[in-house]
Amino acid sequence: MKKRVLAVVALALVMSMALTACGTGAKESEGPFKVALVYIGPPGDLGWTYEHDRGRKAVEAEFGDDVETTYIESVEEGPDAARVIRQYAQEGYDMIFATSFGYMDPMFEVAEEFPDVIFEHCSGYKTLDNMGTYFGRIYQPRYLAGLVAGSMTEVNNIGYVAAFPIPEVIRGINAFTLGVRDANPEATVTVVWTNTWYDPVKEREAAIALLDAGVDIVTQHQDTTEPQKAAQERGALSIGYDSDMRAFVGDTVLTSPMWNWETYYIDTIRQAMDGKWETHQYWGGLSDGVVKLAEFSPKVPQDVRDLVADAQKAIIDDDDIFCGPINAQDGSVLVAEGACMDDAGKLSMMVFVEGVVGTIPAQ
Amino acid sequence: MIDTLALLTSILTITLRAGASLIYGAIGETYTERSGILNLGVEGMMLMGAVTAFATAYYSGSVWLGLLVAMGVGATLAALHAFLTVTMRANQVVSGLSITLFGTGLASFLGERLGPASNNFNLVGMVGPRFSPIEIPGLSEIPVLGAFFKQDLLTYALFLLVPLAWAYLYKTRNGLNLRAVGESPQTADAMGIDVIRTRYRYTIVGGMLVGLGGAHLSLAYAPGWSENITGGRGWIVIALVIFAMWNPARAVLGAVLFGGINAVQFRLQAGGATTIPSAYLNMLPYLVTIAVLIAMTWWEALSHRIGAPAALGTPYTREDK
Repeated sequence: MKKRVLAVVALALVMSMALTACGTGAKESEGPFKVALVYIGPPGDLGWTYEHDRGRKAVEAEFGDDVETTYIESVEEGPDAARVIRQYAQEGYDMIFATSFGYMDPMFEVAEEFPDVIFEHCSGYKTLDNMGTYFGRIYQPRYLAGLVAGSMTEVNNIGYVAAFPIPEVIRGINAFTLGVRDANPEATVTVVWTNTWYDPVKEREAAIALLDAGVDIVTQHQDTTEPQKAAQERGALSIGYDSDMRAFVGDTVLTSPMWNWETYYIDTIRQAMDGKWETHQYWGGLSDGVVKLAEFSPKVPQDVRDLVADAQKAIIDDDDIFCGPINAQDGSVLVAEGACMDDAGKLSMMVFVEGVVGTIPAQ
Repeated sequence: MIDTLALLTSILTITLRAGASLIYGAIGETYTERSGILNLGVEGMMLMGAVTAFATAYYSGSVWLGLLVAMGVGATLAALHAFLTVTMRANQVVSGLSITLFGTGLASFLGERLGPASNNFNLVGMVGPRFSPIEIPGLSEIPVLGAFFKQDLLTYALFLLVPLAWAYLYKTRNGLNLRAVGESPQTADAMGIDVIRTRYRYTIVGGMLVGLGGAHLSLAYAPGWSENITGGRGWIVIALVIFAMWNPARAVLGAVLFGGINAVQFRLQAGGATTIPSAYLNMLPYLVTIAVLIAMTWWEALSHRIGAPAALGTPYTREDK
């Protein structure tokens, strides 16, 4: 009996392998260009993954039957990600996007095994001939959002629910704080770390803690709308992130620094289809439209809108957000007058600027 | 000084509110485990309770109907667990884990299907009716203790439920029968207690309470549905039951401790104090539970008394010796 079961299992295995082999073999012929995206959260997060999925839908709308897209949501960073990416490569996908920092090493490992597949990793720094990186200078709209918050706070204290102590998050906090202080030199930004990208209840608790500590505007770096909803329930204002969160929460969300992947995804997929794709490290800004500031809530007065419009124009002409003089949190000079921080410095930023209240936990 | 009192009051307020869903879950799981059934499906049942409670309240406009449906869903999943483990005598760990996996998946599936057409049938981001905190005039102004009087109705209900759950378990004949079934089903059976029926009944009652715990999350604590809203609270409930040594009153202490950890650490951060790495705080409930387990084993050996229901996890049939 046992032997027969084993035989059946073995047969099934052989057959499934044969079928897989057929699948890849048949794929070589003409057919749609197959694109797969690996998401860290659910598209229903209304934040980070929601925006990537909006980009995917734009690709489908643009290319119609010429491109076939698929996605997998809520993939754990680490070995699980390598398995998922490898499976897509084996199934004959032509191009694979991975949308979280922690997918970098798994994707790198798989990309070395499949030189004919194109890999794109969001927010990392490792590249190969067939693996590029892409990200956006979200710190630019964050600075603009800081101008709004600094102008509108009445208690000169703004709360920031922060995700993980990594350069990406710290850069965002610093750019936001520089904006706040340019509009209002008296104001400070209080930071609370949650060490989560997506835990609605915890992120809400952190926002409530900040509101109890007396801030009147809350912003955040996670992928949920909970801090904004908590602020609204307390009669406080907020600044969104990732997507236009005003659409989901209401006018207490003054504006949101947001992602807009549509153009990038369409362009890079077209290059790949035309055989013109080359490895790259894409870091687009306001000028490319890959990041932007969402429309203002009616609560934002005209003079603040004008201030932001002027600053936005200046950033598009010449991005000088991290140009001196900038002091670090402890008062020492971070960027000297007349100097500007280069991209390498921005990408490895691990200190707060003056005006931030809070500490960066040791890693 | 005033500030310290205000800080303590706000910490206690949020701690009680954060602990409420854990207390509902812990009382439910305590009753289930007291009958000798280990249900590891809490996480999945809480999620199902949360999503169905919110969806029902969203469409009917009635939070009470939402509670009812969450209890029904919790009871149904628990009944499934009871059928598998009591009637079919399946492995309780496997059945419970399956219910967690199934419930987690089904809850996020429903979250993407049950919403209004205007939102692509997605329930995420919708605003519905909720249990708002109600401040009791006068009492809520007392420093620190006032925290007990600015809660939502579901948390107030616990002020009644916890003593009742404790008294039922330790002071009534039914409670004695329940404990007997969990300690020694053979003896209970010989005494004329229907072991099968008892196990079914308290597994289902436990499921109802766990469903209520989920409903508290989506109707009161973090109103609305977001995927994986429990964030592992179902597992904390299971640790909590052990921590409380299967005593519903002691579960309150644990729930306040475990539920309050984040509230306290975020407040320390917001106050400018140095941060404790959150990995340690996330470990804490489980570390404390391990410590309690070790202490309990030691105490059992010393006092010859038993903390855990002796028959926990073992199926029962009359023929077994």
